[in-house]
Amino acid sequence: MGEMINTINVDYTYSHEENQKVELVLNNVNLKVDKGEFITILGHNGSGKSTLAKHFNALLLPAGGTVFIKHMDTSDENYRWDIRQTVGMVFQNPDNQIVATIVEEDVAFGPENLGILPSEIRERVDYALKVVGMYEYRKHAPHLLSGGQKQRIAIAGVIAMKPECIVLDEPTAMLDPIGRREVLDTIKKLNKEEGITVILITHYMDEAVESDRIVVMEKGNIVMDGSPKEVFSKVEKLKEVGLDVPQVTELAYELRAAGVNVRQDILTVDECVDELARLINNAEL
Amino acid sequence: MSIRIENLNHIYMPGSPFEKQALKDVNLEIKRGEFVGLIGHTGSGKSTLVQHLNGLLKPTSGKVYINDIDITDKKTNLKEVRNKVGLVFQYPEHQLFEETVYKDIAFGPTNMNLTEEEVEERVYEALKTVGLNKNVLEKSPFELSGGQKRRVAIAGVLAMKPDILVLDEPTAGLDPIGRDEILFQIKALHTKLDMTVILVSHSMEDIARMVDRIIVMHKGSVAMNDKPGAVFKKDRQLEEMGLSVPQITHVVNKLRSKGIHIRDDIFTVHQAKKELLKLLSRQ
Repeated sequence: MGEMINTINVDYTYSHEENQKVELVLNNVNLKVDKGEFITILGHNGSGKSTLAKHFNALLLPAGGTVFIKHMDTSDENYRWDIRQTVGMVFQNPDNQIVATIVEEDVAFGPENLGILPSEIRERVDYALKVVGMYEYRKHAPHLLSGGQKQRIAIAGVIAMKPECIVLDEPTAMLDPIGRREVLDTIKKLNKEEGITVILITHYMDEAVESDRIVVMEKGNIVMDGSPKEVFSKVEKLKEVGLDVPQVTELAYELRAAGVNVRQDILTVDECVDELARLINNAEL
Repeated sequence: MSIRIENLNHIYMPGSPFEKQALKDVNLEIKRGEFVGLIGHTGSGKSTLVQHLNGLLKPTSGKVYINDIDITDKKTNLKEVRNKVGLVFQYPEHQLFEETVYKDIAFGPTNMNLTEEEVEERVYEALKTVGLNKNVLEKSPFELSGGQKRRVAIAGVLAMKPDILVLDEPTAGLDPIGRDEILFQIKALHTKLDMTVILVSHSMEDIARMVDRIIVMHKGSVAMNDKPGAVFKKDRQLEEMGLSVPQITHVVNKLRSKGIHIRDDIFTVHQAKKELLKLLSRQ
């Protein structure tokens, strides 16, 4: 497995014009992501996660340190277009990301700007729409679709650029539960079936549970990095940085605090049910 | 009595190819001081329903009474109704428009024929209620963080001192801390001021820990109208409507299907903990 992203001692500052105060938003961030990984970045608002994500396709450049995308330095202008083709971005509001009045034209917008032959554009658009499960809607007007469908169109627009890595910044924040499920299933499919490296930023812990690795940010720093089981077993630490744990994890934590010997790494409903059933049956014997 | 809805029907674009019946024979009563959750998936009619509560939409047929006044009557002064029923839309921070936070919060009360002192008093009070510091008042609302902006927007509605507060997805897009702060303040408003609150949300976990009663909308009709415990019991029906139950309720239902005797009206972590500790200490 090769390296996709490598940030070395990355700092980033915002300056407030009115009082000329400089704020350190990223503070010495070191993160390595391998090709094919599916990682979630968690952190409360203002922890620096979106700022970090914007460094992954050179939308922002580090004030200190270096970001490498497939060994290409993002601050080297010669690599800029290669980097942007390698890493695609999807943002929170689907309405801000759709540019055309017909679904397939919207998806074709990116590849058209790459100067690709029309026949290949056709191929890529069809492929991208099939991957996100929106092929039947290719002739529809995007504004009449649901939020989840629109967000999948936005993802298709990125897929049509054939990126090796996709960064999604709270793609489900504005969606209803069905829309969230659709988008998350699409993201998982991109990772597992198409081999695309996925970096997901979210506030939803149930989404984080489905990734391979979780990185927690706080005050511009990475404070936790591990598998979902490792990260969510540290309930107190997560609460300290203002994050939730899934309800089942919280229940297990609460029961343990009350002296019940419950497994520490429960993340899903089924794990919770199995563990509780075992405990209750033992208790009744 | 606070809100009474009788045989409410709403048809969008009647007579056109896009004709759509958004509300079908809706009958509801919400009493003064109740805290009600309104759920339903996108397109179920909940937003259409909410917009009838202060006359933003006119029914195709049926009646809406607020404090026993028929607001669908042409003679009713809707301005008064809108001072009574405060509506906080989704992403209310998108509606901030003034130069300063003070002016933005003051906009509603200023249009209510109040003296300058009264307006000022209301601005300070509303600001305090949403938990913001006075030093934001002279800032531009656009300098604030997302959670702060949302609180300013809610303060703008509270400054009009409504009897009924309707919030459409007030926590969408906020992080867990921002979400808990807003929910906590809404609960406090409800308790302290005896305000009638209607909370529209996709988050069953939020609904579960906040409300006294849940109204489920489906295809323009009221599909369920009951206490949270009774509604969440019907997990299959909810799933068929594209809704979910809190994760904890899933656990409890699955335990029951394994033959474990546990109460079937549990929907928060706290309740589940209590019940399970009882079961486990039977040794």
